[in-house]
Amino acid sequence: MSAPLDVSLALARGGFRLEARFTAPAAGVTAVFGPSGAGKTTLLRAIVGLERARGRVAVGEEVWQDDAAGRIIPVHRRGVGYVAQEPALLEHLTVAGNLRYAARRIRGGRAPEEAARLAGITGLLRRRPHTLSGGERRRAALARALVAARTLLVLDEPFAGLDAPAREALLADLAGLVRALGVPVLLVTHELGEAVRLASHLVYVERGRVLAGGPLPDLLARADLPLARREDAGAVLEAEVAAWDEAEGLTALRAGGLMLHVAGRHGAPGERLRVRVLARDVSLALDPPGRTSILNVLPATVAEVHEDPVGPCVLVALDCGGPRLLARITRRSLRRLGIVPGLRVHAQIKAVAVVAP
Amino acid sequence: MSPDDLQALGTTLRLALASTLVLLVLGTPLAWWLARTRSRLRPAVEALVALPLVLPPTVLGFYLLLLLGEGGPLGPFWARLGGGLAFTFEGLVVASVLYSLPFVAQPLQGAFEAIGERPLEAAATLGAGPVDRFFTVALPLARRGLLTAATLGFAHTVGEFGVVLLVGGSIPGETRVLSIAIYEHVEALDYASAHRVAALLLAFSFAVLAVVYGLRRRR
Repeated sequence: MSAPLDVSLALARGGFRLEARFTAPAAGVTAVFGPSGAGKTTLLRAIVGLERARGRVAVGEEVWQDDAAGRIIPVHRRGVGYVAQEPALLEHLTVAGNLRYAARRIRGGRAPEEAARLAGITGLLRRRPHTLSGGERRRAALARALVAARTLLVLDEPFAGLDAPAREALLADLAGLVRALGVPVLLVTHELGEAVRLASHLVYVERGRVLAGGPLPDLLARADLPLARREDAGAVLEAEVAAWDEAEGLTALRAGGLMLHVAGRHGAPGERLRVRVLARDVSLALDPPGRTSILNVLPATVAEVHEDPVGPCVLVALDCGGPRLLARITRRSLRRLGIVPGLRVHAQIKAVAVVAP
Repeated sequence: MSPDDLQALGTTLRLALASTLVLLVLGTPLAWWLARTRSRLRPAVEALVALPLVLPPTVLGFYLLLLLGEGGPLGPFWARLGGGLAFTFEGLVVASVLYSLPFVAQPLQGAFEAIGERPLEAAATLGAGPVDRFFTVALPLARRGLLTAATLGFAHTVGEFGVVLLVGGSIPGETRVLSIAIYEHVEALDYASAHRVAALLLAFSFAVLAVVYGLRRRR
């Protein structure tokens, strides 16, 4: 498959150096993830063209920047929808005026009416920006970006500063919206949960460098990345609803070759969803646990053991005959059970979270 | 007011209007440049623009008289054009523009700086080129600064005296403005006429400043 978004940029400013190379797929969300101060915003601004970095940026057939060939297309001809961390609406225009501003100048984006509907702001069109709440501003800026996004949509921390209900509502709307969008989406976030919920791809940035990039489930299943040292590290599996057991109130999910049961009803049989199994919720046993309250016990093979240089725990990557799982266990358990790569174990999964329908 | 004073009022208004228009046309791009440039020339240009604030008007008037007159260093140039600008209405406009420039450029520069980069960057991502951004984002967002600048430029031109006296003299219908009229009435000990004109200028200046400060309060 070709890589429709192809980025290779370098920039030095003060003591900060950005050196980023990655590709992202033509459709769907690529989360640019990393700790605060990693240079995520600078990287995005450089891709959009608001920051002058050296290198090359190509989106599909369009080459936006290629310093080796002396080529640079100015921001206003790129057709990129950009929602900054603090969205800058044009304060002298109404919300509708903001959408029309983009529609008059960019051909090939979305119609203002449709964008307003998708972003859920049809009731705000006549308002002035300074009368909007934080969440409403975010949505207005999102609608405006949808009008402008002919080639790429870029969202910089779209949930920052929103209260929990506004955040949840926007997250749900975005999840539905990005699937239908025909252009690649770059989402900057430092919340892994947001990335898991929205993104199919992940680019992990730390100190100005892209440490890894690829399909999100692949990256999260790796034990060697800094990602795995996070408290909320864990595998993300693409699953399909196999059955709904009405009597017991359990949904059976098939993920690769393995079967998982989760409490409550999720989706309809055949529907695809994404589940997250945190490493701290997976424990290991050498013998099949005879009598246990844990629903999901899977036979697995230890693929990799990754030491954490600081903590008392280690990360164990498990092969479950399909997707990989991560388990976080103490160093003492590792020693006592004699866990080494190749060993057959039983993974006891204490919790499975369904993250995206 | 006497017919002479009414004529002076007309000249004053014409001068102020012409100067304000020229000031806005020249001062707006200058202020835009000052607000956004990273050039090392910026402090020098800012100092030049601000000079009329601290110089005695007679200093500016004296040099302008030399530069605009046929006897000065540009004499041959003016001779070829058919006469210098000293003691003409046009010469007064040139002098007023220089003299009132800080009153127009500074509020405009402040207004442009207050906009910040973000709305302009947003407009760029929405497909607006640099010139488009200036007219559809920068100017509308700086509109109150623009209004303040125009009002101050106009009022300050109405109130000038020293520069006008040196560059324009007092030619009725051409360069005799209200401030000169007051001066002449006082010289002639005609305090009643001086009062009428002076009170008019006082009331006008107060009204202008009240409007400017009123605008500043509103959102």
